Amino acid sequence: MENIDSGDTTWVLVATALVMMMTPALAFFYGGMVRKKNVLSTLNLSFITIGLISLQWIVVGYTLAFGPSLGGLIGGLKFLGLSGVSSEANPDYAATIPHLAFAAYQMMFAIITPALITGAFVERVRFKAFLVFTVLWATLVYDPVAHWVWGVGGILRTLGALDFAGGTVVHITAGFSALAFAIVLGKRKWFGKAPMEPNNIPFTVLGAGLLWMGWFGFNGGSALAANGLAINALVTTNTAAASAAVTWMFLSWRDNKPSVLGIVTGAVVGLVAVTPAAGFVTPLAAIVIGAVAAPIGYYAIRLRQKLNLDESLDVWACHGMGGTWGALATGLFATKLVNPAGADGLFYGNPAQLLIQAIAVVAAIVFAFGVTFVLAKLLHKLIGLRVSDNEEEVGLDISEHGEQAYA
Amino acid sequence: MTKKIEVFLREEKLNDVKEALYKIGIVGMNVTEVRGHGRQGGITLAGRSGSYKVDLLPRVQLNIILSDHNVEKTVETIRQAAQTGQIGDGIIVVYPVEEVIRIRTGERGREALMYEGDIDTRRGS
Repeated sequence: MENIDSGDTTWVLVATALVMMMTPALAFFYGGMVRKKNVLSTLNLSFITIGLISLQWIVVGYTLAFGPSLGGLIGGLKFLGLSGVSSEANPDYAATIPHLAFAAYQMMFAIITPALITGAFVERVRFKAFLVFTVLWATLVYDPVAHWVWGVGGILRTLGALDFAGGTVVHITAGFSALAFAIVLGKRKWFGKAPMEPNNIPFTVLGAGLLWMGWFGFNGGSALAANGLAINALVTTNTAAASAAVTWMFLSWRDNKPSVLGIVTGAVVGLVAVTPAAGFVTPLAAIVIGAVAAPIGYYAIRLRQKLNLDESLDVWACHGMGGTWGALATGLFATKLVNPAGADGLFYGNPAQLLIQAIAVVAAIVFAFGVTFVLAKLLHKLIGLRVSDNEEEVGLDISEHGEQAYA
Repeated sequence: MTKKIEVFLREEKLNDVKEALYKIGIVGMNVTEVRGHGRQGGITLAGRSGSYKVDLLPRVQLNIILSDHNVEKTVETIRQAAQTGQIGDGIIVVYPVEEVIRIRTGERGREALMYEGDIDTRRGS
């Protein structure tokens, strides 16, 4: 116990609460963008994920991600049911906070990641199939990739890949899994034929604002200590979000008017992109990371629309592509001046880091897309991923939950 | 004879139209929010990335029951107040009305339509 630092522990506990809040925030971010008849369903896809993955993480998720490495691919079962995860520190991951605080903090990341994917299948997914998918996805995709990147002995960590707070683990896996799932699931009825108007953009603005705030815990907390690195991460996070929001505003203005939905989306994409970089780069680099992330997200959405692909709330464009850019940008802008435990990137004389980042990106994309595609196909055969045509027309609030959002 | 005027107009013109109608003494009306489109077919809104089309626009439907001899003046007043000259200004429809009954008093026909200070009492009839 003598190694436990109360300042560090306090910050990680607060950060845990901040990251927890991001999932309900995401619920509102997504909930505002769907049609009125699917608001509750969409809110619930995120909300119930808090329930599902909290349980999965305690029982098996934590040990698969952070247990003693089996060949660098998956964690062993030492921490099954959180056994041995106590108020003592685990110096492998965080030497100055209780091991249980680390496990709880990581739990919130494990929760929000599958919740991000739900944006791909809103307004048509069969709830039963979603429940099974989410638990299996967390176990088969999230936990292994978290181990590769963050687990001691994990293959990508050993390779030297940098991912401060989950650009690869969270955003690339969620984004490309969303893409795979949407391809298997198919479009919403009337997609591209009748307008699908967002029912409540204020919800989305509220959600984005809370996500931004929560991200201070997501990235700042990833320092796992109340120190200079944490504040560096907090400042780079805020900077990239600001930079991307402003850039997105101009992109949107050039095409039509400065859309509010666009501006808040820009902020989120900036937050995504800076996630892997936050503890390795300077605030000035964060301006560039955010400014480049905005057009990547903006035109990825355009491309997705051109392909007539109903990846409904653009999880791939925002998280998959934003995360990919962020992981590569870490290989460009990382500097040991910010974080001596990190590495230098291309712009600091180490082109090899960019290559390592690219390998990690490709590995995560191929694995997440591949496993999700197969899993979705399988569940489509076994359970059926979609509600019936009529249930879809009625809306999932009534047909899946027997409730309506507004009387 | 009694008529009903049904007006579909731009939301943003409602206050202009109401004010113009009060000026000539049309004091009773009801309003519903509707969505629809005529020849303009819809509008383009700013989306997350670029624009998207919405085909049913918010419009206001104004319903007025009035006596035959006031129809022309009312229609012209509404037309002038609601007009912007742009496509999408809306339409005015006039229907014959079989009967009007005021619930409070049981009055029927023209009696049921009379208000203190309305277009007919002003005329000093």
